[in-house]
Amino acid sequence: VSIQFRMPALGADMTEGTVVEWRIAPGDTIKRGDVVMLVETAKGIIDVEAFHDGTVEQLLVQPGTLVPVGTPLALFSGEETPAVAAPAAPAAPRVQISPAARHRAEAAGLAIETLVGTGPGGVITLADVDHAAAAPPAPPAASTATAGTAQAAMRRAIGAAMARSKREIPHSYPAHMLDFSAARDWLEKFNAARPVEERLLYAVLLVKAVARACAEIPGFAGFYRNGQFQPARDIDVGFAVAQRSGGLVAPGLLQPASKDLATLMRELKDLVARARGGHLRSSELERPVITLTSLGDEGADAAYPIIFPDQVAIVAAGRIVERPWVVAGQVLPRPVLTLTLAADHRVSDGRAGSRFLGRIAALLSEPGDL
Amino acid sequence: MNASLQERILKVLTAVAPDIDPQQLAPDIDLRDQVDFDSMDTLNFAVGLKREFGIDVPDAHLRELASIARCMKYLQARLATDEPPVRLEP
Repeated sequence: VSIQFRMPALGADMTEGTVVEWRIAPGDTIKRGDVVMLVETAKGIIDVEAFHDGTVEQLLVQPGTLVPVGTPLALFSGEETPAVAAPAAPAAPRVQISPAARHRAEAAGLAIETLVGTGPGGVITLADVDHAAAAPPAPPAASTATAGTAQAAMRRAIGAAMARSKREIPHSYPAHMLDFSAARDWLEKFNAARPVEERLLYAVLLVKAVARACAEIPGFAGFYRNGQFQPARDIDVGFAVAQRSGGLVAPGLLQPASKDLATLMRELKDLVARARGGHLRSSELERPVITLTSLGDEGADAAYPIIFPDQVAIVAAGRIVERPWVVAGQVLPRPVLTLTLAADHRVSDGRAGSRFLGRIAALLSEPGDL
Repeated sequence: MNASLQERILKVLTAVAPDIDPQQLAPDIDLRDQVDFDSMDTLNFAVGLKREFGIDVPDAHLRELASIARCMKYLQARLATDEPPVRLEP
């Protein structure tokens, strides 16, 4: 079976990308997850991974070509990764497609991962396959190379995604102030006993607490697509990383709830370095089902963030600041953190959002258990 | 000013934050105000300094890495004594 490998949409804000370099040649055997090409987007150079196992038959686009999302770039032969698996299996592929639609998609040479499902629960139907097969090849887009700098491109991409979010998503904004002293004290003690290479930043506590709260309280991790909420099976948490030249990108830490804090810290360091230096992987941009933005020591006390479509929630952590705090009738100075949630009101309401933030706060109050 | 110490510090800085141009840095201005240095940058900087100088900067001293000039002063003191300075300038 010949499968078309198309320019992927690495997040809702990507409309086009430039093929920078192929990492494969005709005849190569590839495995799902292998890096097959480098693509330049408004978020920098991304390592794009294969969707499935197979053999490279033909490359259709020369390096240096700017193409719209969805443009066929290469032909692979091979079998699609089986998409039907026990629903409870955590590693089950996300794509759901009817058997008839799968058959037709394969006959048409369409990669199933590139299809948009409009059936119940986002299932890919025959009509979706026909729609994709009938779509005319997109005309070559005008080069944006002269239209502005990389920063300008990133700003435009952020603007487009955020404008779409504000237009389509009714945001609800519960907030929660919490005493961060348990987490701060625990972290100080943890770090004091370790060499600098092994120390943690409090951001990893936030990431893990958010992921665990997502697993416990439904409605905040997933995608809103085709008029309905698709809850996530895997809780991959996007972490907003500011670029020094302006702009930001929020690649995902994969399933942080199941990882220990030291592992998460290593992954976060690596992720931040690549978010600023290039070579994020396509899966890291496609998979996050909720975003965390931590404003850091120099940030504002709180922020009211905008949801990154098609996600349904984003959590903002303000700076940690000493404030008067009432403990058992006494006013004491405490490090206070304000968490703000922007949640999609089509999916959840303020009460669930309050519970969600309360759960994150409770998890942060027992940092040794994270 | 110890030119070679400064060069080594800038080399470390460039290695941990390749998107910073060391030629553009003013030594007396905090890195967070010049190049948006954040807590992750500071931690990476401390890891790099340990690799270069063999000095582990404790969390409580990380603010001494806020600017290049401050970092030089701190490292000079640490390198001279091989012990954390008892009292640091505010």
